[in-house]
Amino acid sequence: MIDSVFLTRFLSEGGGEHGGEAGEHAAEAGHHLGEKIDHLTSVGPWFLTHAYLIFIIPTISYFLILFFGKKLPKKGHEIGIASIIAVLGFAGMAAYQWINQAAEATIYGQSYTWLRFGDLKLTVGTHIDGIAVMMMVVVGIISTLVHIYSTAYLKDDIRYTHYYAALSLFTASMMLLVVANNTLQLLAGWELVGLCSFMLIGHWWEDKANSNAALKAFFTTRFGDIGLLTGVIMTFFVVERAMGKGSFSIIDINNSALSGKVGHTLLLMTALALLLGVMGKSGQFPLHTWLPDAMAGPTPVSALIHAATMVVAGVYLAARVYPIFWEGFNIGESGINPMIVIGGLTVIAGAALAFVQTDIKKVLAYSTISQLGYMIMGLGAGAWTAAIFHLFTHAFFKALLFLGAGSVAHSGSHHSFDMKKDMGGLRKKMPITFWTFMIGTGALAGIFPLAGFWSKDEILANAGNSGYEAFVYVGLLGAIMTAAYMTRCVYLTFFGEYRGHHHPHESPKAITIPLLILAVFSIGAGFLNALPFHIEKFKEWVEPKGAFPLEGLVSGTGKFITHAEFHWSDAGIASACGLFGIFVAYLYYWKKIGLINVTEKNKLARAGYVFLEKKYFLDILYTDIIVGGVKKQLANATLWTNDKIINGTVNGVGKLVAKIGTFTYENFDQKGIDRVVNGLGSTSQGTGSVLTKVQSGKLQRYAILLFSGVIALALVVIFINR
Amino acid sequence: MQINLILIVSAFLFSCGMFGVISRKNGIMVLMSIELMLNAVNLNLIAFSQYSQKVAGNTFAVFVITIAAAEIGVGLGLVLLIARNKKSPNLDDLDKLKG
Repeated sequence: MIDSVFLTRFLSEGGGEHGGEAGEHAAEAGHHLGEKIDHLTSVGPWFLTHAYLIFIIPTISYFLILFFGKKLPKKGHEIGIASIIAVLGFAGMAAYQWINQAAEATIYGQSYTWLRFGDLKLTVGTHIDGIAVMMMVVVGIISTLVHIYSTAYLKDDIRYTHYYAALSLFTASMMLLVVANNTLQLLAGWELVGLCSFMLIGHWWEDKANSNAALKAFFTTRFGDIGLLTGVIMTFFVVERAMGKGSFSIIDINNSALSGKVGHTLLLMTALALLLGVMGKSGQFPLHTWLPDAMAGPTPVSALIHAATMVVAGVYLAARVYPIFWEGFNIGESGINPMIVIGGLTVIAGAALAFVQTDIKKVLAYSTISQLGYMIMGLGAGAWTAAIFHLFTHAFFKALLFLGAGSVAHSGSHHSFDMKKDMGGLRKKMPITFWTFMIGTGALAGIFPLAGFWSKDEILANAGNSGYEAFVYVGLLGAIMTAAYMTRCVYLTFFGEYRGHHHPHESPKAITIPLLILAVFSIGAGFLNALPFHIEKFKEWVEPKGAFPLEGLVSGTGKFITHAEFHWSDAGIASACGLFGIFVAYLYYWKKIGLINVTEKNKLARAGYVFLEKKYFLDILYTDIIVGGVKKQLANATLWTNDKIINGTVNGVGKLVAKIGTFTYENFDQKGIDRVVNGLGSTSQGTGSVLTKVQSGKLQRYAILLFSGVIALALVVIFINR
Repeated sequence: MQINLILIVSAFLFSCGMFGVISRKNGIMVLMSIELMLNAVNLNLIAFSQYSQKVAGNTFAVFVITIAAAEIGVGLGLVLLIARNKKSPNLDDLDKLKG
């Protein structure tokens, strides 16, 4: 389980010193491939060691917009755009410096003590490696474009300033999550992005449906967060088992998981708990139900948060502490594991639902779910690089598709997203939107040589290579479905006759330019890892060489990640699947060949359609059966307890007491006690009338009395102790 | 460490809170003042915990924060209901218990 180099390093250093004291290790920077790192390097390229600024800049911008935004001539978007461009510049410089030293296996970062409980030290800090830099760049680019796009899309919105403040806060929290060097800080960023998502989904909260959607998103992800929180706490104990002293540091967690000193059960439980968090955030079946409802938010938000960046936070977490999953689920042994099963299920479940949607944004939302399924499936199959590469390319083309849908709604269908009622035939009216949308569709469907082709093919090739053949077929089936539902979506939106009642026209430049930029990325991003052309830049730059070197991960036991060779034949099959999907959908929608109106004629098909339209009845399961069931049982149980036990006891006691009472009354009360009581009564009435004045009913007068009493007591204590 | 300074700050904070509780008419302001007092207590706990190098104070502070969060949830709910029923959050209107 352990390679000897790691173990000796590990034992000689005790594993305790890292983080804040990393400066003294700076001289050791520049590790060899395959050697594990157990500390952060705090001296190095400026942008990599000062990465905390990428979180600070948008945070400042958030407060500036919140407090001064409304008074500014542009209502605050100038601060937001300036800060996001600074973030993008920072991310670009960081990427440049990272690429320059990518051959070395170093993790840059700082660590500061945040809280100290006796021996336990909680830190905050940065952990900059390839995947963090990659995420910084992706979030930077997409957030910048969304900021620009929103100036046109949300023009004259009632809460324009708040919208930009929330966007800044979102960027800040996402960056906090991305650069986090420990799981607690990651958790903080994770909850903050959840909060921003909640704020932005409910941006138009006057409409009850929108605020409900916001609540649903919040609660569903919170359900997953129970698992995440448990998992994060368990990671602490994983480190404690391996190192003797607990820690939340990501480096320590990864090293501990691979050290072989931690029991498999603990790792499995940790991995399962973390997986629940991943499922909630990254919309994995069956916790995906919040994501389509999240489309109630403004479209640029859907593009930024619910497609490109926040929802991949789960995938990012899984990639970040991958050794936990790797060891916990025995991914290297090609066994079926929960991660790949959930990923595979999500690929198909999401894609199937996309067929029955009439709302263009919901089609894209289900498509996002399905693509996130690919990523989780990739991770579950040990295809780390491929999954993260898919995250990277997917961010661009999914953002492009969402922004394209927003452009259609903004200028084509008058803020309606209903493809069947208000769209159709927009191809001629909105050429830029149409062509960029087509590029996005092609990339999503995995058409050569667009971005999605390279990443999806890599996932499938690596899944096959690691011995998960069954899931290759799941992936191929998903590819066919993806191509088909996107063709349907394009057909309903851009072809045929216009069905709306407005005057569609092309969108303004603030909308089309982000589309064009994203289209360029959607075409080009795939070539970063185009194996047949011997380009493996993405692997070279992003793959971890430090904390858990994938090449030769725990080598010597036969358990390590290998990268699949590129075969034109395999890629050809994947592409053919995509084209087949498009062709079938083309025949169905354009030529009306195939099972037209089958859902009306055939009972079985009709049932399937209803099953999909009701979203597998999951919503009903959650709200009516689980919540309703618990509510009803609880109410019934309470009623029963009330009726039978409490009332019965009370009644019984009551009757008994009544009998005794009557007896007492007749014998003692009337004769002896009454007279005494009457005397007492008149006395207490006299006292009472005096004390009534204290009983003023004024809450604060009571408070004064309370405080005076405490002060008097304190004085007494001081006096006695003297 | 100058524990006196921290204790003075804490006492000041507590007095501010106490003044608020006694003088404010608005229920929400009273709740906020209570929070001030709780935080003054937290400050004290942490100051002493650092002074004596024992974890107990810190742990207590975390508990106080947790309980305060729960308390403010219930408190705000009550004030909201009061405001809805009485059409104002004014605490002086609540004198049903007058003797």
